[in-house]
Amino acid sequence: MPERLRADLVLEYPFTRTTGPVIGGFLTGLREGMILGIRRSDGTVLCPPTEYDPESSEPLTDLVEVGPGGEVVSWTWVDPPRSQSPWDQPHGLGLIQLDGADTPIVHGLLVEGPSELSVGMRVTARWRPEREGHIADLEGFVPEGAVR
Amino acid sequence: MSTDPSVPPAALAGEVRLPEKLADVEPVRSVRTPIRLEYDFIPGDASSGYLNAFADRKILGQRSPVDGAVFVPPRGVDPRHGAATPDYVELPDTGHVGGFCVTRLPIPGRDDLEIPYVSAWIHLDGADIGFLGLVGGIDTSEVRMGMRVRAVWKPDDQLGRTAENILYWEPSGEPDVPVTAAGTNAWHAKQVAKEQG
Repeated sequence: MPERLRADLVLEYPFTRTTGPVIGGFLTGLREGMILGIRRSDGTVLCPPTEYDPESSEPLTDLVEVGPGGEVVSWTWVDPPRSQSPWDQPHGLGLIQLDGADTPIVHGLLVEGPSELSVGMRVTARWRPEREGHIADLEGFVPEGAVR
Repeated sequence: MSTDPSVPPAALAGEVRLPEKLADVEPVRSVRTPIRLEYDFIPGDASSGYLNAFADRKILGQRSPVDGAVFVPPRGVDPRHGAATPDYVELPDTGHVGGFCVTRLPIPGRDDLEIPYVSAWIHLDGADIGFLGLVGGIDTSEVRMGMRVRAVWKPDDQLGRTAENILYWEPSGEPDVPVTAAGTNAWHAKQVAKEQG
């Protein structure tokens, strides 16, 4: 019986996608250090923004600034992060409802350990100094008032 | 609201409004979204038998116990009937092009492929489905459905337990298989011939 075969198999797709004006607007905001949501006809704001209203399907066009502070709606602890994670240290992953938004956005919660996280806690955005128009321009969220 | 598919929806028609502060900045129009999946691939029994046989310049398929259809590469099962396929069939290294694609753009990570190149479904004689291979030894504009081909193997001292042993498939010079009996038409044509005795 020959020895068992094995091989490294890597599937890699170096995609670059065009964004359209809504997602492009959201990413433009991130590059400029600003988080944008999109206003629905009933006045509520979706963040992250979508191109169409999830209920009525009508096109959405009115991008508005939200955050940078918000409230943790739900969270989990990630330890250790996987190899291609944007974060190289253990961190929280949370649903964060930003001030002025009516839906929560998923992002990292940058604290030392899970004991520092709770539902309802206030957090605020931490930006990377070099930004290019990508969700990772936002390094994550830290407890409001935390020393930067 | 317009339902004409050639008219872009309003949200894509550039009417999106940004906050005043972003009025004069260059908008982001594209984003990098690379995907990378790393597998530790360990073949099962059927694939192992197939790969091991390549070291001896042999191509193995498996026969369906239900209707005798021959699958290559073998996967241990006839997916149409959920039946195990324990019996291997040795196949010749000759067949025909069932379908093909001429690629004129380079693929990231495949600098070894000189463009333009032709990838094709190779239907081996005695097999009832095609498997993927490169076509060489012919101008890309002359490749056609039903063209008879044979394998070009690596030299014996470079053979391994891998399908990469076959460098490409070259025209054998035999008359073409008619298109009505080539590629995915082959199985149907065979059933009709069987019915007609």
